[in-house]
Amino acid sequence: MSRPTPKDATLSEVFSPRAIDAAAVGFVLAHLDTAKPVLWIQDRLSRKETGRPHLRGLPRPIEIIHVDANRPVDVLWAMEEGLRCPAFGAVLGEVWGDPAVLDFTATKRLALRSEAHRIPAWLIRRAATAGLSAARNRWRVASLQSLKHPWDSRAPGAPVWEADLFRSRWGKTGRWVAQYDGTRLTFDHGVEADAYDDQRREAEG
Amino acid sequence: MSRLSSRDMDLAAALKQLETGLKTPAPDWAKPKPSGRRILSLHLPRFAMDRWQIMADRRGDSPPADMPCALAVDSARGAMIHATNHAAEAAGVYIGARVVDMRAICPALHLDHADVDSDARALERLMLWSRRWAPWTARDGADGIVMDITGCAHLFGGEDAMLLQIEDRLAGLGLNSASAIAPTHGAAWGLARFGAVRAVCPPDQLETQISALPVRALRITDDTTLLLNRLGLKTIGDLIAVPRVPLARRFARAPLVENPLMRLDQMVGKLAEPLDAPDDPPRFITHARLPEPVQDPTEWIPQLAQDLCADLEAAGFGARRITLTVYRTDGDVSSVTVATSQPSRDAAHLAKLFDGKLDRIDPGYGFDLITLAAPFVEQMGKLQHRLDRRATDGSELAQTIDRLTARFGPRGVLRPAPLERHIPERSEQWRPAMAGTPDPAATHPRRPIRLLEHPEEIRVLYAVPEGPPAQFVWRRQVHRVGRFDGPERIAPEWWADKPGTRLRDYYKVEDQHGLRLWIYREGVLGDLRGAEPRWFLHGLFA
Repeated sequence: MSRPTPKDATLSEVFSPRAIDAAAVGFVLAHLDTAKPVLWIQDRLSRKETGRPHLRGLPRPIEIIHVDANRPVDVLWAMEEGLRCPAFGAVLGEVWGDPAVLDFTATKRLALRSEAHRIPAWLIRRAATAGLSAARNRWRVASLQSLKHPWDSRAPGAPVWEADLFRSRWGKTGRWVAQYDGTRLTFDHGVEADAYDDQRREAEG
Repeated sequence: MSRLSSRDMDLAAALKQLETGLKTPAPDWAKPKPSGRRILSLHLPRFAMDRWQIMADRRGDSPPADMPCALAVDSARGAMIHATNHAAEAAGVYIGARVVDMRAICPALHLDHADVDSDARALERLMLWSRRWAPWTARDGADGIVMDITGCAHLFGGEDAMLLQIEDRLAGLGLNSASAIAPTHGAAWGLARFGAVRAVCPPDQLETQISALPVRALRITDDTTLLLNRLGLKTIGDLIAVPRVPLARRFARAPLVENPLMRLDQMVGKLAEPLDAPDDPPRFITHARLPEPVQDPTEWIPQLAQDLCADLEAAGFGARRITLTVYRTDGDVSSVTVATSQPSRDAAHLAKLFDGKLDRIDPGYGFDLITLAAPFVEQMGKLQHRLDRRATDGSELAQTIDRLTARFGPRGVLRPAPLERHIPERSEQWRPAMAGTPDPAATHPRRPIRLLEHPEEIRVLYAVPEGPPAQFVWRRQVHRVGRFDGPERIAPEWWADKPGTRLRDYYKVEDQHGLRLWIYREGVLGDLRGAEPRWFLHGLFA
C-alpha cells in the first residue's frame, strides 16, 4: 500500500508523541512532491527545543523560506498568508504545546484556504494533545528502530516510522509502518506495526 | 621616466638658458583670462577611513584614537594600503604601500578591508546632499566634490562663511575636509589640496596664488610630476616662467592628465572646463493635507499609494522602500518604513504592507499632513499581466515575502543558503528572504534533518574506549545507544578558528526508542588542547 490518504491538498496535522523526535518532520517532507519553494514557519519553542531544518540533511533539495514567529498566533497568520500565494508548493507550521488560538476555527480556516488554493498545509504539533481540530488528516508519527544497514551491521539503516492515522475525513484510519527511501513513501500494513511494537517492548524489557 | 628623452634635453636647454641668461620678463602666455565663475572644490582626504570610523562608532567597537588603523585593498601585488588614519600615518604607514611591509614597520597596525564600491556610493550620496549649498555640484575623483557656486555665496554670508559652514557640517558628520574657492576648477582643486586652509582666491590674485603651488596641484599623473621635478620645475610659478614653445613641443601629444600645459590653461581659465553635474535622482512623494487633524492615517493610505504608483509608472520606476510620514499638529513628526524585495508599483500591495504597522505611530492631538514617499526606487519596465490578472514574473512570491517581512522584520523571514564550509553550523547561512534566491544545496545523506541552534552538552554515563558512549543523559533523559554510525571526523577550520579549537568526531546513534541523534566528541584524548573531551548533541535525524 502506498498512501492511505488521497493526494489532494488539504490541512493535515502530525503529532509527535516524543517532542524531540524528528520523525514527524521526515514524514511531512516525504509527503511533499513539489519543485516550488516551501514556506516553513516555526514558533519560538519549536525552534529552541528541536532546532531548525538543516539544508544538507533534507531528503532532497528543497527551497525553504523560513519564518521565525514568536507566538503561535503569528504562525497561524503566516500560514494563512502563505496559503494565499500560489508560488508556494506547501506550507509547514510547527506549533509547540496546545495554544488557545489553535482551535477548531483556526484550523478550519487553514483547511478551507488550503483546499481553495490547492496548497498542502501541514501542522507539526509537539508536546500537544489531540484536541478538537478541523484538520482533515491527523497523524501520530514516531520513530521505530531503523532497518538494517546494507553494509554495516552496527549502524542504523534507513529510517522507519510508526504512522498512526487516527482521524481522516476521506481515507481510512489505521496504523502503518512507513518508510521513505528518498523518492517513494511506502506504508506497510498495521499488523507489522504491532509486531514492531512488540519487538520494541521486548527490547525495552 | 628614468631617462630624459631628446625632447626633454631640448626643454632642459631652454631652461638652462633661462637660468644663465638674462632675466626675461615672465611670459604673458599664462595670464589668467577673466571670468565671473566661482568654483568651490571640496577635498575629503580621509573619506574611506572616516566612513569606516563612523561605522565602527555605530557598531560600538571603534578603536581608540591613537591606535594605527588602515584599510587594505587587494591588488596584483598583494594587499595594498588604501587609507590610513592619523596615528597610522604618524607611524610611517603610507597609502599605496604593501600591507606586509607596513606590518613590519608598525606591528600594532589594525587592518580592515576597504569597501571601495560603497565608498563611491556614499560619496555620490554626499554629493547630492551637498547640493544644499549649490545646485551645480558633481563628484570630483574618488575623494572630492566640486561645486559651481557662482551667485550662491551671498546666501551663506559670503565665501569665507560658506567654506566655514561646509567644513563645519562635514566635521559634524565625522568627515575630514579641506576646501577652497577659485575662479576655475583647476585652481580650486589645487588650492584645496595644496593651498592655505579655506583659501579664497579672487580673480585678480589667481596668478599669485597658484604660483606657489607645487606642480602636483596641476592634476597630472605622478610620472609627469616626477618628470617636471627632474627638470627642476617644482612649482607652478617655475612652469609659468618657462617659454611656452619648448614646453608645448615636449608635451604636444600627451593626453590631458599628462599634459601640464593644458592643465595650466584650464587652471587659468584659457581652456574651458565645463562642470558636468548629473541630474538629481527622481523623487517620488505624495501628500495629503487634511482640513482637520485626524488620529488614524489608514483611510488615506490607498489613495496616496495610488498617486505614488501613478508617478512611479510615469517615470518607469518601482519602489523598493516606502516611507509614510505623519506631521502632528504639535510639530512632531513620525514615520514608518516598509520595504519590498523587488521593485513594485502595485498600489494595493504597497498599501497592505502598512497593515499592523501604524499602531506604532503616536497620534498625539492628531496630524494634518500625511506624506508617502519612495526614498529608494529602481528602474522597472512595464509588465504584462496574464488574462486572469496574475503576474507572470514571480512577483506573487516576492509580495508574500514582503508582507511576511513587514510583519516579522527582515531577520524573521530567512532563506538558508549553502556555503562551502566543513563545520555543519557554518555550512549554511540564513539570509533575509528579501536578499534573493540562493543556489540550491547539495544534500548529504549523513547530515541530520534538524540542527540544534547550539550544540548541547550531554552527560556520559558509560563511556566506551572507542565509539560513542553506551549511555548518556540529554535533557534529563537517559539514552541507551544501540547502533551507531561513525565516526566522521570534522577538523577545525584553521584559517577561521582560534588556535586550540578541537576537532569533532561525529556519530549518528540510535537509542532504545529508535530516536536517531547526531552527537560528537569535541577533541580526542592527548591532543594537548584541553582536558577530557566532552560530548555534545548537535542534530536530530528523521
